[in-house]
Amino acid sequence: MQRFILSRKNHITLINAFLIVTAFVSKFALGNVELFNWALIIASVVGVAPIAIQAYQALRVKVVSIDVLVTIAVVGALLINNYEESAIVTFLFLFGAYLEQRTLTKTRSAIKELTEMAPESAWRQTENGEFEEVDIDEVDVGDILLVKTGAKVPVDGTVLTGEGHINEASITGEPIPVSKKANAQVYAGTILENGTIQIVANRVGEDTTFGKIIELVEEAQDSKSEAERFIDKFAKYYTPAVLALAIIVWLVSQDIELAITILVIGCPGALVIGVPVSNVAGIGNGARNGILLKGSEVIHDFSRVDAVIFDKTGTLTIGNPQVAETEFYAGNIDEVLSYLASVENESDHPLAKAVVEYVGDTKLHPVENTVVVKGGGIIANVNGRRVAVGNVSLMEQENVPMNEKVREDIARFEQNGNSLVLTAVDGELKILMGIRDRIRPGVKENLQRLKDLGVKKLVLLSGDNQGTVDLVAHELGLTEAHGNMLPQDKSAYIADLQSKGQIIAFVGDGVNDSPSLVQADIGIAMGSGTDVAIETSDVVLMKSDLGRLPHALGLTKATTSNMRQNIVIAVGVVLVLLASVFFSDWMNMSIAMLVHEASILVVILNGMRLLGYKL
Amino acid sequence: MPKATIQLETLTCPSCMQKIDGAVKSLKGVEKDSVNVLFNSSKVKLNFDDEKISIEEIEKAITTLGYEVKKSQVKDK
Repeated sequence: MQRFILSRKNHITLINAFLIVTAFVSKFALGNVELFNWALIIASVVGVAPIAIQAYQALRVKVVSIDVLVTIAVVGALLINNYEESAIVTFLFLFGAYLEQRTLTKTRSAIKELTEMAPESAWRQTENGEFEEVDIDEVDVGDILLVKTGAKVPVDGTVLTGEGHINEASITGEPIPVSKKANAQVYAGTILENGTIQIVANRVGEDTTFGKIIELVEEAQDSKSEAERFIDKFAKYYTPAVLALAIIVWLVSQDIELAITILVIGCPGALVIGVPVSNVAGIGNGARNGILLKGSEVIHDFSRVDAVIFDKTGTLTIGNPQVAETEFYAGNIDEVLSYLASVENESDHPLAKAVVEYVGDTKLHPVENTVVVKGGGIIANVNGRRVAVGNVSLMEQENVPMNEKVREDIARFEQNGNSLVLTAVDGELKILMGIRDRIRPGVKENLQRLKDLGVKKLVLLSGDNQGTVDLVAHELGLTEAHGNMLPQDKSAYIADLQSKGQIIAFVGDGVNDSPSLVQADIGIAMGSGTDVAIETSDVVLMKSDLGRLPHALGLTKATTSNMRQNIVIAVGVVLVLLASVFFSDWMNMSIAMLVHEASILVVILNGMRLLGYKL
Repeated sequence: MPKATIQLETLTCPSCMQKIDGAVKSLKGVEKDSVNVLFNSSKVKLNFDDEKISIEEIEKAITTLGYEVKKSQVKDK
């Protein structure tokens, strides 16, 4: 009986609405007051049934829920013959719950999309060697599975036979399919775009990488921040308190109408739902954009971040120094270039490699009497000519004349963040080259966006030598850059900043930087969603480019302010209602319920805005 | 202790959580601290002692509250 009523809540709402309309038609069109009253009484009784059942169930587990307040209010209204109010309140409450359900489904849609990507069945090899389709839950480690073209890989496994291209976007965020042959690792939730493969299951269900991502997101959307736990506790005592207040008001004023109006006003609807709604919408937006945020605590911390630390030069640069600018001064350029390449070919200095690469195919000459000048460059004899390759101080040491124009070029190259390589033949300057590590496309803009979003410090901690690190820092306008850092130095550096009260985000690849990821207030793992990254970090950027970082930061800021707005709306509504019941005469139960349901919808709709958040 | 993940019909009111939480925690054999009702994903996760209570009994406690159990998974730990 109970379940029958509850499962037909939507029908009940309809009947309830129909009866209320009938009542008002009969009163105002037909002038039949008796029918009016009876229709409303029936509407109230029908409408309150599911609410009362829920209230009863709640009381059985010692919870004073909203249903309890509403049920008492409706029964009270019936007892004082205020049928109009009792009927309308039940309708509003039921209809509100219906709308709440509809809008909540929308809010949760982003994460649902993700969980629906989970594979549901697999083709498993039977004892006679054939394949049969089984439910994903039945697959065990060690099973041999067939994956057909267009199907989802059901488990994490190793390819036994066959080959094909797999779209791994659900794990790595990379949209370009990867070729997989025998012995390659494949991941659950990825899609075989062409070919057929047989795999052996290594990890199944929740243990797969995709399973872990889903679990993480699901737990994250329900994780509670400090503020939320407070609200929960508050709500636990709040509803009984409202009940007590209503009873006191009744005893003191002997006014039942006022007492039950207070019951309705006191419903904490928007307050309990406001924060979770922002949370789920924010995390949902992230999941859709390849950003996994581990819960509302992370959102809160990240939104207040002071400094972002990058773990290596490679995150920011392509990691391959190249000749970026050149100036030729005189003479036979090709000849000089071939001398230069001949000399540099003997060296394994990173700058020399860049030079050789730049010159490309050329005639190499025998090199004699090579002298390496420490911190300067190389001097050697090529074809009987004295060739000096190195920096400005080597040229000065060699007494190579440098005119005004050359000095200006040097200044400009340095300004652009280049390391300089000068070439002189027989004491005459021939070529000036500027070499730098190319910054990854978009990095500069993304760092600027982070600054615009209020990040005060951008720091690079790298294992590279200080020179390389300085170059990058200079070109990107980083606040600080430290080279020659070991993993433990990095986490010590973070701890030091934290002791000064700063909130630190650390961007790493999640493997060798676990200590720093853990030490930082917000550990951000960039790159594919590997297990280690998922476990040790607070934020996972599925794609290995910095482009997601500003979006992630902006999203957390938008989410926190959205939560604040919702709390203000919820508390504000209760305060305004309470004030008007005591200090004005237009307030009654129906209006209070209407305002309440409206405020619940407002906070849900407000939260939903986050789904469309874009930076 | 086995770990259970129970998928419910979509939860829409936060007070449902309180009810389910209260009901499940009051069962003998369910480890109280392990009970986690996930509102948005409409799941209940908990550890229980399978000598004292069965997964069916836990499901029944939730169903009598008026919430449909869609699927449950038990993993031995």
